[in-house]
Amino acid sequence: MTHLTIQSNLSLNNFLFKSSETLELNGITALFGPSGSGKTTLLRILAGLEDRATGFVSYEKEIWQDTKNRTFLPPYARRIGYVFQDGRLFSHLTVEENLRYSCKRAHKNLEKKKIIDFIEAVESLELKNLLRRHPNSLSGGEQQRVAIGRALLQSPQLLLMDEPLSALDLKRKAEIIPYIENVASHFQIPILYVTHNIEEATRLANRMILLSSGRIVASGEIGEILERADLWPLTGRLEAGALLQATVGLTKEGMTHLLIGKEILKIPAVNIQPKTKTRLRVQAKEVAIATELPAHLSIRNILTARLLSIDIEGATFAELLLDVGGQHLRSRVTREAVHELQLKKGQKVYALIKSVSFEGCLFT
Amino acid sequence: MSGHSGNCVDNIAHDWLYPGMGSLELGPVWLSLQLATVTVVVLLIVGTPLAWWLAYTRSRIKPGIEALIALPLVLPPTVLGFYLLILLGPAGPIGRFWVQLTDSTLTFSFSGLVIASVIYSFPFVVQPLQNSFEGVGLAPLEAAATLGAKPLDAFFSIASPMAIRGYITAIILGFTHTLGEFGVVLMVGGNIPGSTRVISIAIYEHVETLSYEQAHILSAGLLIFSFIVLLGVYIFNRRLPLNRM
Repeated sequence: MTHLTIQSNLSLNNFLFKSSETLELNGITALFGPSGSGKTTLLRILAGLEDRATGFVSYEKEIWQDTKNRTFLPPYARRIGYVFQDGRLFSHLTVEENLRYSCKRAHKNLEKKKIIDFIEAVESLELKNLLRRHPNSLSGGEQQRVAIGRALLQSPQLLLMDEPLSALDLKRKAEIIPYIENVASHFQIPILYVTHNIEEATRLANRMILLSSGRIVASGEIGEILERADLWPLTGRLEAGALLQATVGLTKEGMTHLLIGKEILKIPAVNIQPKTKTRLRVQAKEVAIATELPAHLSIRNILTARLLSIDIEGATFAELLLDVGGQHLRSRVTREAVHELQLKKGQKVYALIKSVSFEGCLFT
Repeated sequence: MSGHSGNCVDNIAHDWLYPGMGSLELGPVWLSLQLATVTVVVLLIVGTPLAWWLAYTRSRIKPGIEALIALPLVLPPTVLGFYLLILLGPAGPIGRFWVQLTDSTLTFSFSGLVIASVIYSFPFVVQPLQNSFEGVGLAPLEAAATLGAKPLDAFFSIASPMAIRGYITAIILGFTHTLGEFGVVLMVGGNIPGSTRVISIAIYEHVETLSYEQAHILSAGLLIFSFIVLLGVYIFNRRLPLNRM
């Protein structure tokens, strides 16, 4: 667990970032919020790219910025890696030259085990076949892989990624995500990952910092944040649904089995190693409820659940909170259904989820 | 090019002093090339940091500086030459300082011509450089900074190679424009063989003395040379592997 302290007001033009928090970073932390909430600005301030920003920033025990004491570490003196939204590879250099550019200028005097060498980075991002190419001949996904490799070769203490996948389509995103996960786990470098895409955030991140209008609204473990009803206006209640921790099981007949406690959830086949721990977002509107075990059904997933609470919403809808193997699941149904099925708190129910509803999520 | 002993030198001096008598005068040609080269070198050294500053500054005085630099584009060379003559003359502030320093005058000397040419050709070097630095933009430099490159390092390793077209345009425009200048040279430098008698002055004098043959040789030479250089620039610019695939 590393600590990033952002204190007092970091101001820049009319953008005011208010915080007096020490944030815990571990693994991948999603910096999440609607556009205009200051995600990128905050990332740029952390990198030292906004020399007009005032305030205090420290990482671990190193002070990066302290306006009161006239301390400002320029970007090249901060041990960070930065992946820009648009890659920003140097078009006059080959891929290998781009990577070497970073190597040559990486921080000296590091312990040997902290240095990420060229071969290691090239192998972990599978860049070997791209080395002689020029950036403009690469696909968007390849460019971002090189950009990640280049940032990694700074042997950074902290990797800052500014929506690195936003320019890519769903298929390309799914191709790159495993590389980012691998970077985080293999090199043990905390990653601060800016995104406004909840799918990306839930797939990649284990922690979340929630931003709104230049303020940190919440930070912590991602599942806890998405569960909090008071944050739904920001995390998107209907979209957010619930986040299930799952272990990947076998894939057969075009379906991958995910283990959630003792329950099995089948989703369209994905290319993930068995036994991998993963997170799956289940939208509330995709979950139906039955009070008896149904038969002759096309729905592949029937999970045994306990009904924890019923929230009536206006004249039409109700939201049910369910317990599935110790984890929360949400179901959005009509009030009419609640009434006819005579649903009550504590009751045993069956949660029905169509496998098809997971089609096209970031796993595939 | 100086000294008065030996037949060869005398012959050259003879040709300078009596244009139209020799078949081909190399004196003014050589002098013009020297002047253009020195001017371009000085302009690159002075103009690059200035163009860099103009491209990235958020300062309020930027438009003022830009207008000042662009002045030689619109002013008649005689106006520029007139003020330079006053500034550089032995009574002027710069000229007086120069006399104290070197014991010689700036006006009607090669050094004076270099100063005049630098000012006269300033926009032709600074503007293409500024444009190409603006074209490079901040983005690659920010990326370089996050990769551990200090500003000067980023300038040489990223901005300069990316702005290579701007450099080539600046060098060629600065060089050819200096070769072709007339009014300022006439006012500041006069017509001293081997020192300030550049091609354009020589042509003017040939025409005045009705030595059309000599005027033809120099004029056609300058015309063809300028065309070939510009043609080369345009061909090179098209083939430049800036965005290699």
